[in-house]
This record gives sequence, structure tokens and C-alpha cells, in this order.
Amino acid sequence: MTQTRRDPDTLHVVIIGNGVAGVTAARHIRKGSAAAITIISSESDYFYSRTALMYIYMGHMTFEQTKPYEDRFWEKNRIDLLRDHVTHIDADAKQLRLASGDSFGYDVLILATGSQPNKFGWPGQDLHGVQGLYSLQDLQRMEQYTRNIGEAVVVGGGLIGIEMAEMMHSRRIDVTFLVREESYWNNVLPPDESAMINRHILSHDIRLHLSTELEEILPDSRGRVRAVKTKTGEEIPCAFVGLTAGVHPNIGVCEGSPVTTGRGILINRYFETNIPDIYAIGDCAEFISENGTRGRIEQLWYTARMHGESVAGVILGRRAEYDRGILFNSAKFFDLEYQTYGDVPSDVRDEDSLYWEHPDGTRCIRIVMRDGVVTGFNLIGMRYRHQVCERWIHEERPLTYVLEHLGEANFDPEFSHQFEDRLIGQWNERHPDQAVHRVRRRGLRRLGTSAYRHIRENATS
Amino acid sequence: MTTVQIHIPDEIQRRYRSDHPLRRTGLALFGIGLLIFVVGATGIFSTIPLLYSLLSLGLATTGALLFIIPGITERKPGIDNDGIMFRPMLNRKSVAWLTAIVFTGFYVLLYWFPSSLEHMVVASDPLSWALRGKAADRWFLYGTLYTLAVLVMGARMLIKYRHSRYHIIRTLSVMFFQLVFAMLLPSILQLFNQPEFYFHYFWPLKYDYLFPSKITFLLENSTRLAVFMGFWAIVMAFIATPILTYFYGKRWYCSWVCGCGALAETLGDPWRQLSDKSLSAWRIERWMIHSVLVFITVVTLLLWINSATEGAVLGSFSYSFSRIYGFLIGAMFAGVIGVGFYPLMGSRVWCRFGCPQAAILGLIQRFASRFRITTNGGQCISCGNCSTYCEMGIDVRWYAQRGQDIIRASCVGCGVCSSVCPRGVLNLENGPVSERLH
Repeated sequence: MTQTRRDPDTLHVVIIGNGVAGVTAARHIRKGSAAAITIISSESDYFYSRTALMYIYMGHMTFEQTKPYEDRFWEKNRIDLLRDHVTHIDADAKQLRLASGDSFGYDVLILATGSQPNKFGWPGQDLHGVQGLYSLQDLQRMEQYTRNIGEAVVVGGGLIGIEMAEMMHSRRIDVTFLVREESYWNNVLPPDESAMINRHILSHDIRLHLSTELEEILPDSRGRVRAVKTKTGEEIPCAFVGLTAGVHPNIGVCEGSPVTTGRGILINRYFETNIPDIYAIGDCAEFISENGTRGRIEQLWYTARMHGESVAGVILGRRAEYDRGILFNSAKFFDLEYQTYGDVPSDVRDEDSLYWEHPDGTRCIRIVMRDGVVTGFNLIGMRYRHQVCERWIHEERPLTYVLEHLGEANFDPEFSHQFEDRLIGQWNERHPDQAVHRVRRRGLRRLGTSAYRHIRENATS
Repeated sequence: MTTVQIHIPDEIQRRYRSDHPLRRTGLALFGIGLLIFVVGATGIFSTIPLLYSLLSLGLATTGALLFIIPGITERKPGIDNDGIMFRPMLNRKSVAWLTAIVFTGFYVLLYWFPSSLEHMVVASDPLSWALRGKAADRWFLYGTLYTLAVLVMGARMLIKYRHSRYHIIRTLSVMFFQLVFAMLLPSILQLFNQPEFYFHYFWPLKYDYLFPSKITFLLENSTRLAVFMGFWAIVMAFIATPILTYFYGKRWYCSWVCGCGALAETLGDPWRQLSDKSLSAWRIERWMIHSVLVFITVVTLLLWINSATEGAVLGSFSYSFSRIYGFLIGAMFAGVIGVGFYPLMGSRVWCRFGCPQAAILGLIQRFASRFRITTNGGQCISCGNCSTYCEMGIDVRWYAQRGQDIIRASCVGCGVCSSVCPRGVLNLENGPVSERLH
């Protein structure tokens, strides 16, 4: 898969998809070259933040405010935006066929087509009033479907599920939340954190049904959803059903083209597909695994951003293998903020983790270790510094070191209560032989030049 | 190209309106109080000041509080911005324009047609007698209304942000400074025949505090307190302000102490999202605010030159120049536009585009302060809540999504961006100046 070296300035780079992956790629190609750049999207005229869809529905923001760049940014940076839908890729002729009937040529093609909500063949899944939530069009439909309704059901125990529940809750719609697992998001969260979220969901008057699977969605005489039926035979009346059982790569654009796909568009660690000059990034891409297992698909906001930046480097001739570094993520479940750094397995063994929970049950700290070395953090109701946690994990710091310096990681606002001492107290009580003393409270101090250099390098612009 | 629009139907707007019985009662009382207050302009209550005061200001305050209190039970502690973008009052719809006209109109009457308020002033008479031992004037009425607004809407802030100690403490701080330093202390000073003085206002916001006439009057006064006031005015303006801003950023003043900030952070809070975040607005902002700073500096210097030369050089020119400043900036901008435009341009129009104090503090904050808003690594998801709710019109997201710290002259450190961030990305911090990430 050797690609001939060309002057990037002479290329026409076409990007399908104006989500964060595609847009980041475009911005970085522009920063490093004078290439012609076109972004094609059938979803929206301008890049908007998909993560903010829920805030539009809840009335926290307008659609305009979800756009990270002013409209004139694109013209100023000579990034052409085309509102159309690519129906076919002619890889030999390097031509795209568009839904409008036009053809569009490219020198380099980046596929950044994102995801689609999963549907598992449930009877009634295509009824009026049943949908997932991924795109702007989904939000528009949800706006119509949920207008003036009283009851809704959300199926699926992940991040979008709880978002949809929160969205409808904000409009005083009664929500029943069906979760297949015995506890919310317990394939990601350890039992304590998962239980905390369960309680929080219930405290917002969401009817949380755990260990409950959807059997079918029942229509009324006009083909609209009337109720859902669970595997136990229970019927729950509702006028809207949100299907949020995950997403899968949106790879329809590759049909009829020689680009090979598995679950997603197959790429190597340089985002190269099997066809020269065609790359795939973001949610739609699947890394070819080296040992025959399922390839990795990265569906996070920041990984999409990193993909975009990395693929730009590859196209501009700085061919470096993609390394996403130490994992991190965050979410907000109603009012509970969640942050995670490093590796926190949902089935982490008690002896491998130190867990402290506030008596009010809305905050917790979990530090995970392997052989006495800290490998991960989970925080709920608290904020920790990304750089500090990452550095400790990278430097393989022992738990006692991390505990002593834990104040350094605290990123909570000024005047908020600090709980590191409680965690340390709990540790000291159980391990008097390895008792530690907190070295410092939270607050900025010299985090070390290396940490700052690291952030500078990671600053994506 | 077709534009994507999210249309929010009217019925949803109704859903957001609370029909809590206390709210309805409160709204009714507030309306009646306001009505009685306005009817008082005819003079029919002039002979019964106490009753007029209770039925107007008393009733309206009680009503407003009743309207606010159900917020405690309606939602759990946490960020509550549900429906803000659907409410006509908060989105420049007719009712917002009407409110802006009422606010603006009040300031116009206050500054240029004081006789029209002659009878309404009576509503603050009982309080004025109690505090100052003399009858109220229009400025006392204005101070009373201002303080009531800060206290009542401050209570609303305390409820809205009851999950955040930062907001609770800074709201209590602005309420305290407004009540004690802007209302009680100056009144008591007058009661004891001392000069009226506001210890929490300095040059150039309170521009006349460094005018030669004022300084000379204070320093050459026979009472020690007046001399102290003179020194206070000089020390605060030239020494304390830069030092405090170096350590804490301009927030120590703008969102903790200042009276304009107090009103913006309380009465203005519901409209904070209306500030313009565009690059062109930022450009206009920088031109305007620094021009005002130059203007007042020149005015002050001219007055001092005039005073030193006993009018030989400039004649009456410097006085008329200072009168122009007083009219254009002191009254028109700070008052009429600054507060009148809350429902149209957000709560910090004056602070952002006009305040020379903010300009000075901003320059220090931008170039020589330990304050910054730290961005937490790569956690930003570009959702835009921070930018949306920045009352100073800073596009916070622009910096956050690039992993940069936010070091902007205009940031008043209200801390709302940090609170509304769903991913814990932003934090107001003080630390080594050299390590602020530009």
C-alpha cells in the first residue's frame, strides 16, 4: 500500500461527513497545506456539535449555538462546504456520484461518515414515533414525535439512552427506561458506580426497568406506536419509543465500491483503506486487527478528533502510526458528572481498586491498580485533571504516591468541598502499615514543564 | 443550500411555565405592587408614604420572592437551563422589547425628567428617614430599587446555583456589598453629616473620585474620615486594584464587589445568554471600552491641568469636557443602555463595551495576572454551553476545544462556564503567570 508522494498543495481533498472527525481533518490539512478542500454532508450546512443535540431539545442552546465556528470561518479558511449526499464512489475514476445527480472528482478521499443507531429487528421498530438519536434529522423527528405526548419509553442502557430520558424529562414527559442489563451501563461501570447512577435516574422520577428486554413495539390503528411489550409480557403504554441500543458504523457509501468493509470501513493504523488515496476516520472506521479478533471501532468524540488530526498528518506526508494514548472519557448523567482516565474494568476486583463513596451517594472516587501500580481512575460528582491522571498512569506511579499527591489531580471549582482526605483516611484505616499523608490540597502549581509541553502538543490547532 | 432549523412549537413553551400556586400568587402580588407604584406617580399617595411604600415596594418584593421560592422544590440542585431558549422574555421577543423599553424609559425619566418621578420618590421616604434622617430624593429611590433588585434576584441566584459553593459565596458577596457599601453605609454617613462616599467604587468607574475638586475637598476636609476617604480613593485606584487583579483576576471586583456587576449577576442573570459571541462583537468591544478609558483619562488629566494652572490654560474647556463624559458615558451608557438593554443584549453590555474600570482591570488580567480559566486536557466535546452562557460574549469553546487556557481581558470570572460544562472541562484558577497556556 505505497502511496506516491505528491505535493499536498496541488491536491483536491474531499471529505465525506462534516462531523468532528472530518472537520478536524480539514482544518489540519488547511493548516499544513494549500490543498483544495471540500467537505460534503447531507446532514447540515455547517459543522455543529453532535454532542449538543440534547441541549437544543432541552432549550439550553439554539442550533446556531452548537456550531463551533462562525459561518465565515469556512470561507476564510478556504474549506468548501457542499450540502449533498454521496451515493457512489468510483475509485478508478476518482469520482463521486451525488444524490443531486452531479459528479465530483477528488485526488484524496476521506470517509468520515459516522454512525447509525442500531436496530435489532424488533417488531414495530419502524413505526411512526420510534427512532434512535444520532443526527440533526433525528432530533427534528424527535421534536415532532414527542410534541404534546405524555409518556415515552427509552430502550437501551447506554449514554444516548439516558440522554433521551433526560431530554424528555425536561419537557415533563413521563419516561420509562428499559435496560437489558441488571444495572445501568454495567458493561462499562463497576457495580458501585452503576448503582449510583441507577439511584440517580430513579431520583429524577424516571421509571427505570432493569433486566428488562424489549419484545415488540405495538402500533395503534394509524400505525403509530401505542405501547411496548417487554419479554416478560408487560405492556407499557407510550407515544414515543427511543431506541438507543448503541450505534454501528455508517458504511453505506462504500457499497458498490472496492473499499473493503467489515463492521466498519477497514483501515490500518494510518487510516488507509485498501484503496490508495481513500482514508476512513472517526466512527465509521474499523482498525484491522492483527490477530484475527474483531477490529477496534472508536466512537468517542476525542478519538474522532485525533483521527482527523492524524489522517491530516498522513496526507501531508508526516506518516505516523496512530496512537490514541491513555484512554479517557466523560459523561453527564442528569446532574452527575462522570470522568474516567486509564483502564477501569467493569469487573475490577476489590483487591485491585480503592473506592470511596460520599455518604450522600452522589460522589465517588475509584482508583484502580495492577500490582500496586495505578492504572485508572473513575470519578463521579467530582472533576479530576486529565494531565495529572494521565501522567501518573503513564509513569506507573504506585498507589501510595498517588494518594499522597491526590490533591494535585482535583479540578473541582474553588470553594467546593474536597474529599481526598476521606479516601486517604479510608485507606489508612484499612492499611495502617502503609498509611500515607496527603502532601497538598488542590490548586494550580507547577504541574511540571513536561505536563505542559504535553498539553501544548495535544492542543489541536 | 437548505438551512436546518429546529422549530420549537408553542405548546412546548407552555409546558415550561410553572403553575405552582405560589408562583401565580407571587406574580399577582408583584404586578399589583408595580401598578400601585406607577399609580403613585399621580401623587395620590403622597400624604401616606408608609402605606404607599408597603403597598408598592413591599408588595412587589414579597411577590417576587414568592415567585422565586418554588424553584427550590421544582428542580433538584444542579444546572437548570431547561427551556431558556424557548422563553419569549429571554429570546428578544415582544415581551423582552417591552421590558427593555420600560427599563430604558425609567432611566430616561430618572436622569432627564426627574420631576416626573417626584411623587414616586415618596415610596422610599420611610426608608430614607429611617436610614438618613431626611426625605428621599430620586437617587435614594433609585438606590432602593437597585438594592431590592439585587437582593431579590440574588435570592434567585442562590436557589438556582445552590449546588455550587462558588456561586453561593460570590452571590452573597455582591448582595452584601450592594446592601452595606452601596446602601447602608452612604446613608449612615449622611446621617452623621459626613460626605456621601462609596468605598467600593473607585476611579475610573466612579470618575469624580479622582477629580481635583473631589480629592481636594476630601483631603482638605476638617474631619479625619473625609481625609481617609481621599486616601482610600487614591490607594484603591492606583495600588490595591492592580495588586488584587494580579492575584485573582478582575473577578475580585467585577463579579464579587462592583454594584454594576451585582445587578448583572442577579437581575441580569436570566439574560446572560444574549451576549453576542461573534468576532466582530469582540472587535467592537475592544475599540469601545478602551476608547472610554482614554476618554476618562484625558478628562481627568485636563481637569488636573486646569486645576494646577487655575484655569489659565484651558479655561472652562475641561469642565465641559467632563460634563460631556458624564452625560454620554456616566448616564447614557452606564445607566440607560447598560441596564435598559439587559433583555436585548445581555446583562453585561456596560461592563463589556463601556466600563473604563473593566478596561483597566482587563488589561492587567490579560497581561499580568495569575488568573486564568484552565482547560482540562482533551475532555472538551465542543458542545458550546460555555460560550452560550458567557455573559461577556467570550467564545469559551474556541479555547477549550483547542486545549488552551482562557485568558481574556473581558472575563469577569463569574464561573458559569465552568458550571454549565457537562464534562468538567473548565476551572477558574490562580497560578503562575508564566504557565498560562495561550
